[in-house]
Amino acid sequence: MGGKTINHKAWLFVLPVVLLVAFNAVIPLMTVVNYSVQETFGDNVFFWEGVNWYEQVLHSERFHASLLRQLTFTSIILVIEVPLGVAIALTMPREGPWVSVCLVLMALPLLIPWNVVGAMWNIFALPEIGLLGKTINSLGIDYNFTQQPLAAWFTTILMDVWHWTSLVVLLAYAGLCSIPDAYYQAAKIDGARGWAIFRYIQLPKMKRVLTIAILLRFMDSFMIYTEVFVLTGGGPGNTTTFLSIDLVKIALGQFDLGPAAAMSLIYFLIVLLLSWVFYTLMMRSEGEP
Amino acid sequence: MRTRWLAPTFYILFLLLPIYWLLNMSFKTTNEILGVFSLWPREFTFANYIKIFTDPTWYNGYFNSITYVVINTVISVSAALPAAYAFSRYRFLGDKHLFFWLLTNRMAPPAVFALPFFQLYSAVGLFDTPIAVALAHCLFNIPLAVWILEGFMSAVPKELDETAYVDGYPFWRFFFRIFVPTITAGIGVAAFFCFMFSWVELLLAKTLTSVAAKPIAATMTRTASTSGYELGLLAAAGSLTIIPGAFVIYFVRNYIAKGFALGRV
Amino acid sequence: MSSIGLRDLRHSYLRDPATDADWALKHIDIDWSDGGAYALLGPSGCGKTTLLNIVSGLIAPTEGRVFFGKDDVTDIPPDQRNIAQVFQFPVVYDTMTVYENLAFPLLNRRVPKAEIDAKVREIAKMLDLEDRLTKRASGLTADGKQKISLGRGLVRSDVNVIMFDEPLTVIDPHLKWVLRSKLKELHQQVGSTMIYVTHDQTEALTFADQVVVMHEGTVVQIGTPVELFEKPKHTFVGHFIGSPGMNVLPCEIDDGAPLFAGRKVALESRIEKTAAGAKLEIGVRPEFVSFASEGIPVEIVKVADAGRYRIVDTRHGETHIKLLVAEGEALPSEGACIGFDPAHTQVYADGWIIA
Repeated sequence: MGGKTINHKAWLFVLPVVLLVAFNAVIPLMTVVNYSVQETFGDNVFFWEGVNWYEQVLHSERFHASLLRQLTFTSIILVIEVPLGVAIALTMPREGPWVSVCLVLMALPLLIPWNVVGAMWNIFALPEIGLLGKTINSLGIDYNFTQQPLAAWFTTILMDVWHWTSLVVLLAYAGLCSIPDAYYQAAKIDGARGWAIFRYIQLPKMKRVLTIAILLRFMDSFMIYTEVFVLTGGGPGNTTTFLSIDLVKIALGQFDLGPAAAMSLIYFLIVLLLSWVFYTLMMRSEGEP
Repeated sequence: MRTRWLAPTFYILFLLLPIYWLLNMSFKTTNEILGVFSLWPREFTFANYIKIFTDPTWYNGYFNSITYVVINTVISVSAALPAAYAFSRYRFLGDKHLFFWLLTNRMAPPAVFALPFFQLYSAVGLFDTPIAVALAHCLFNIPLAVWILEGFMSAVPKELDETAYVDGYPFWRFFFRIFVPTITAGIGVAAFFCFMFSWVELLLAKTLTSVAAKPIAATMTRTASTSGYELGLLAAAGSLTIIPGAFVIYFVRNYIAKGFALGRV
Repeated sequence: MSSIGLRDLRHSYLRDPATDADWALKHIDIDWSDGGAYALLGPSGCGKTTLLNIVSGLIAPTEGRVFFGKDDVTDIPPDQRNIAQVFQFPVVYDTMTVYENLAFPLLNRRVPKAEIDAKVREIAKMLDLEDRLTKRASGLTADGKQKISLGRGLVRSDVNVIMFDEPLTVIDPHLKWVLRSKLKELHQQVGSTMIYVTHDQTEALTFADQVVVMHEGTVVQIGTPVELFEKPKHTFVGHFIGSPGMNVLPCEIDDGAPLFAGRKVALESRIEKTAAGAKLEIGVRPEFVSFASEGIPVEIVKVADAGRYRIVDTRHGETHIKLLVAEGEALPSEGACIGFDPAHTQVYADGWIIA
């Protein structure tokens, strides 16, 4: 039988994971929820505010604007990074000396601390002193990401693609390498070629791994902060102020944590909802018996 | 397709360009970086690197970071292996919800959670230790490891487990000698990602440490605040942070690229 | 339909094989006639899967040629060789239904739709998959999936040879029996040459007309199951086939007859010459050993009950000899002696039969 066996003793297997994660999750979460329903004027004196903060956040124009920017940004990068990552993984060598070279080089962008990523792209894209900026301008295009919203978006997206596509590549590549030879052999005998092999063998076998990649990129891009903040500071103006950046601005600007806490929880719930929807969709089409 | 190598080649060139720029900056003075456009440092200087190698706050930062990252990677992957196996092979009370709940721990924007974390770890007396950061990073790394490993484990036909039982293997021997080798790609990827995400994580690492266990990431943010932007130093530090991770991926490359040979049980 | 010929086949997985051990296949030269059911039998690592993959074209041999009939097919890819292969683990296209799985090889060969439909239904009927044609292939049990794998080979009317690489490995024991019978039945219905690789002698002996026994990269013996059982040409065959395996006793040659424990052992034929320094052994199956009033004195060590007979483990000096005793038969209480049936006693030099 291909199905799973019911075994409640499996909880023992899962226990270490639950303990380690819950320890870090539950208590801090409770603290934040606590803050989100209270008001303080300092001196550790709290007043119950109920859902006021939530209402305030949900109705604010500012919140809607940054949410929209965030959704646009995330959609664009998902559309670029996922197909690109898969395509690169398909063309990477599976054996031989180049494998190591490819893997190591591709992993490099992932390893750079995010503030350095932002800082280096900042210089890299500056019109006068940066390689990218200078090159684009010398092609006749007027490009200055510190002043033009379009240029700022372009640079931000380019930076993210540069930074994170390798994550998709690595996951997809590992997934591809896990497909047993017998499948390719059977396909050979059945007379299937390139595209059919991709569609009927490689893509289905990579589905789980791709789900992880997409969910990861979705969540991380939705919470993106450091790189964008160091690159553009949210500007010019507030054109690249995504949700996280806005959240921090509010948190730092306020005297108390109430609205910030409420906003983070709303934020969290949005990500949760969208992820859950996506996850269910991907898992449903798996057709598990 | 003889031209298959074109795609990865162009991609890698694209990736290497800003890195070359980073290296370029690391050998310049901040003045030159901001003042002039030069493909090669006009005034080549090692000063940035020297500073890092000789200033204890800098190189200690590297050791501290490596310490907690390695601890965290080991804990995360070890705890995740049995859990992922359970999720993959068994149905139990609350399994689907538990699985999704794990992932939700990566969905919270960290900014506001920093303070509660600080309070928590101070309360248990672990503040300013590498263990604190290693444990805190479990929050997002364990779910990642479990998800990745489960994904790879589910691709292994359950018939493999059953065949092993029929042949009389005790469970632990089956798990380590037969099952684990079939998911080496997943383990390699999971280990690398745990390492990577822990390595670059800034906020919690800064919040939970002050002096003794201060990580390199925290030291680097100093360069942004104190004397304006010491770009050259930042670039050098950034370049050096690539190296440990490069080792890790080199180390796991065989795990990742090894095919899953449907061997005889 | 065609016969298969393998000429001077040698294969190594290493780029520069040096020693003998580097060769997975040391030397294979066989002919298989059209339409037969053959088994490739041998322990793990003996090279049988390698040989199978060379015949199907998934591996190109380091040396030697492969012939289908009169055609040299060594350089022809698998999908043009008119072969089908069923693997150890079921290979199905998860996203497709059973019907689509079976139709896939025909679609790739651009067979007209009506013909595909007819063929798929015919094969589904043969394999008892009719009622599951519209179900997703991934939802079937292991034996169902193996049937689909087999089906994909059978749908193609141009298939001359069907190869099986230990296909029953993941099947439940009671279903193994059902599938095995099904395969035999199919062979009679379809008539293609079938080559079945296994390390299980029961599977080999029940399925095949001719069994090819392999050991460490060479073919040790080819013969019908009866031949292999009664006249093993190599001590390995004797040991591997039959349960319990053949008894192998060290001996010497004296005047054309073997000596064991100082006693002459009767043979049907005379031994002519033996190479100097060769390791000489007598081989005789437990089925052909019995208690006698006089013969080789032995001590009874153990008696195991195997249902309708008992396996008696006896000992003479350092040598263990097994024999079979029928259920009701009494065992000698003391002074037991055993004798061998001369018609089924063989002598081997360095493992190979000489008499």
